[in-house]
Amino acid sequence: MATPSEVVLEVRDLVKHFPLTQGILYKRQIGAIKAVDGISFDLHRGETLGIVGESGCGKSTLAKLLMALERPTSGKVLVGGKDIAAARGSELKHMRRNIQMVMQDPYTSLNPRMTVGDIVGEPYEIHSEVVPKGDRRKRVQELLEVVGLNPDHINRYPHQFSGGQRQRIGIARGLALQPEIIICDEPVSALDVSIQAQVMNLLDGLQKEFNLAYIFIAHDLSVVRHISDRVGVMYLGKMVELGKDTEIYDRPSHPYTQALLSAVPVPDPDGREQRERIILQGDPPSPANPPSGCRFRTRCWKAQDICAEQEPLLEIRDKAGDHPSACHFAEAADVVHVN
Amino acid sequence: MSEPTATQDLIQGTPEPSAAAVPNSSGKPRSLWYDTWDILKRRKIFWISFVMLIVFLVMAAFPTLFTHKDPEWATLARSMEGPSEDAWFGFDLQGRDVFARTIYGARTSIIVGVLATLGTVVLGGIAGVIAAYQGKWLDSLLSRVGEMFLGVPYVLGAVIILGSVAPVQSNPGKTMIMTVVIIVLAVLGWPVLMRIARSSIIQAKHQDYVQAARALGAGPFRIIFKHLLPNSLAPILVYSTITIGSYIGAEATLSLLGIGLRTPVISWGIAIADHTRYIRTGAHAMFFPAAFLSLCVLTFVMLGEAVRDALDPKLR
Amino acid sequence: MIEVLPESAGSGTHGGALLEVDDLHVEFRTRAGVAKAVNGVTYSVSAGETLAVLGESGSGKSVTAQTIMGILDMPPGKITGGEIRFRGTDLLKLPEDERRKVRGEGISMIFQDALSALNPVFPVGWQIAEMFRIHRGASRADAKKKAIELMDRVRIPAAKERVSDYPHQFSGGMRQRIMIAMAIALDPEVLIADEPTTALDVTVQAQIMELLAELQRDSNMGLILITHDLGVVADVADKIAVMYGGRIVENAPVHDLYRNPAHPYTKGLLESIPRVDLKGQELYAIKGMPPNLLDMPSGCAFHPRCPYRQETCTTDVPPLHTISGTRGSACHFWREVLDGDAQ
Repeated sequence: MATPSEVVLEVRDLVKHFPLTQGILYKRQIGAIKAVDGISFDLHRGETLGIVGESGCGKSTLAKLLMALERPTSGKVLVGGKDIAAARGSELKHMRRNIQMVMQDPYTSLNPRMTVGDIVGEPYEIHSEVVPKGDRRKRVQELLEVVGLNPDHINRYPHQFSGGQRQRIGIARGLALQPEIIICDEPVSALDVSIQAQVMNLLDGLQKEFNLAYIFIAHDLSVVRHISDRVGVMYLGKMVELGKDTEIYDRPSHPYTQALLSAVPVPDPDGREQRERIILQGDPPSPANPPSGCRFRTRCWKAQDICAEQEPLLEIRDKAGDHPSACHFAEAADVVHVN
Repeated sequence: MSEPTATQDLIQGTPEPSAAAVPNSSGKPRSLWYDTWDILKRRKIFWISFVMLIVFLVMAAFPTLFTHKDPEWATLARSMEGPSEDAWFGFDLQGRDVFARTIYGARTSIIVGVLATLGTVVLGGIAGVIAAYQGKWLDSLLSRVGEMFLGVPYVLGAVIILGSVAPVQSNPGKTMIMTVVIIVLAVLGWPVLMRIARSSIIQAKHQDYVQAARALGAGPFRIIFKHLLPNSLAPILVYSTITIGSYIGAEATLSLLGIGLRTPVISWGIAIADHTRYIRTGAHAMFFPAAFLSLCVLTFVMLGEAVRDALDPKLR
Repeated sequence: MIEVLPESAGSGTHGGALLEVDDLHVEFRTRAGVAKAVNGVTYSVSAGETLAVLGESGSGKSVTAQTIMGILDMPPGKITGGEIRFRGTDLLKLPEDERRKVRGEGISMIFQDALSALNPVFPVGWQIAEMFRIHRGASRADAKKKAIELMDRVRIPAAKERVSDYPHQFSGGMRQRIMIAMAIALDPEVLIADEPTTALDVTVQAQIMELLAELQRDSNMGLILITHDLGVVADVADKIAVMYGGRIVENAPVHDLYRNPAHPYTKGLLESIPRVDLKGQELYAIKGMPPNLLDMPSGCAFHPRCPYRQETCTTDVPPLHTISGTRGSACHFWREVLDGDAQ
């Protein structure tokens, strides 16, 4: 359903360095955490771009940058052609109507002192021009119904709902302003297995109904595969591979993607003895002091001298199929299916 | 002690703990304040302090309900006379009825305690909100200024300010003395409240729902008044309740040192101060106001503790 | 090694099983009522075997483990029935000092959150060495040497240099290794791992699971793996006990369970998870929510969410029907579930 439609979000060379400072009144910079370090991609109307990576890879910072909750050090985030990262005041506020988010933790993302009606209706209080005052309650109830909640529960408080239901409340809030883009930051990872499927099906259904574009950030590769049309893999602030879901999952070409995929446990005991794992050694280096050249080289089994000297760019490479990969020695391989 | 949510939470350690433990279909809407009240009303300590508080408040508002004697009326002939059927608490140095003066003293002590606390909350609260919300250099500046105030020993600070504003030789009126004492207590006390307000607002500021509100385009006023303050009031409330008690004690300390309230004001602190020298000959003149003072301080402290326990989410 | 225990003091029916949990009942007394967290759980593990206990939050899987270890908070917890036999001896009847010896030497446990399970103010080496000082009366120098050996064994690089580091100086994966080192320090016969990799990244999870498997091979430990992750279970388990609402609803050898589940809950779970090797369309979603332990549904706890539900499910609690020698399902309609035709 994805390809040739209109681009709703363009990210260009996005960089976010968090300064490390010292000092009491006057803060002196002694270094920087390179959380996001030069990321570019497009998002089309109605498609889902999955972003996977492990903790510390910068995917949550990326979400905050896209939402303009953090200002980037450099780079652009173009929403409908305008740079949200440079927008201020009423212009920024207006742009926010088009890009909303669903957060990870359903227990902390809802204000415990507000009723469900106040939470889902807050977007209309802030953007009072969207829905006239008298119609708001009705709109909120409609939204609750859309996400599968009982509209009569409008006066309840978040703590009276289960995790899955709270996540639905968060989704209703994200939908209220009828955005084109929704950033989902680990929207199901805090939920029980049997509830995850409900929420993912809901997100799927809403996407079709409202033609939404999702950025779906998660650490769970199975979840990302299920929902995404395209997938980007992040490592230490860089995008190391980007492609259609089949390209990434069936023909990954970056060693990190391959290791990541092979590490995912498959819920099928048959043939587990034959399954080969690429077990990475050690932990990811600190983003405050990333390795030179390719950032993955310290844990990579293919690393050579060139990897330390020259940073591999995210580009289409001979042996890597027709999707870009940031590895000097990229070579497509099927690591998930052994047979 | 613990509600099922907390227990299950601890036991499971897996995501979505309360889904299984907490019924979501239960009847009427309940706010967190309602829950707090629900816990509070089961606490014995809360009811004891509550009843005592009512007694003290009625005493302060309508002293004539408790005594018909005039606290100012002095019969020098009965100076330091012990308790009797006629005067339950006896007479003080100037032959005034100790019971009447103790009852009337409640008003001053409670007014000073409550208003000084109010001042502290307003000063410290505003400073805390600004420091926490704005952050950066303003936060550093306010925090350092607060630490300077905290660094001054309480009594020394009070001696200096009171000594220069309302020297002992001058003869200010009742309201003037009380106002000055209230201001001194608030000025010296605000940094603690600022710290509490600041830290609880910083904590609330990093909550996801504040991020969500920002993502929706909410301005600073909405974020502060709708999201931050309602979620950081609890510790401020608890501290204030306890502070009322300690300010009543502090007022007495200042009076004892001769720099706080003084005649013609009637207060427990003054009564204690006036009779310390006669502790061997007529302890009653000091004992009764001191006992009332201790009870009143205890009341507010107990109330504060009860509220804190009820608001503490870990105990739920 | 367990010379403190009278050999086969119990019934002697433990035929091969090292640890047997038999009809265990645990309750929590709370302000809002009595929560029946564990309702007649029975499972066992033998040497060298891996039992996976699968369940969602509130299923009672962790409470059972804590009861085995004797670390359940009582109150509010209360054991209201059943036995936990280790080599035939009922642990619940042992006095605390003998129980303590079993803990660590006989059975030990690792937790999900390694950071909070380690004491932040002591070096990790000291904490590992403490096991030897307390249980074995080893000297300081000896204990430290053993601690370094153990850190090597759980593959902590440069163990010698890192033995005096504090927990916060290690990454999440390394901390989990340190906790594993402490757990295996006294060569336990049974290791209980409660969600050992839930807090970890997937590449680190793979490292830890590989380490556990290797340690188990080397020392022939019985391993009880408590988890909600169907993927991890499929990778390592020999047999599985699925828990729901404080009961075991299905137990089976791993291949049978994945190939042909005999309980609607297991079946629903398997169909509801997205898989990295398959691109599905709509996921099957088990409707509704896990049961409230304070207010359990009548009859079968799963009946409000069950596609196979019949009248009898709302009134009769299904016993754990034996399907074959090693398989059981607590569903009145397990035959239909196996055949796959929902009503």
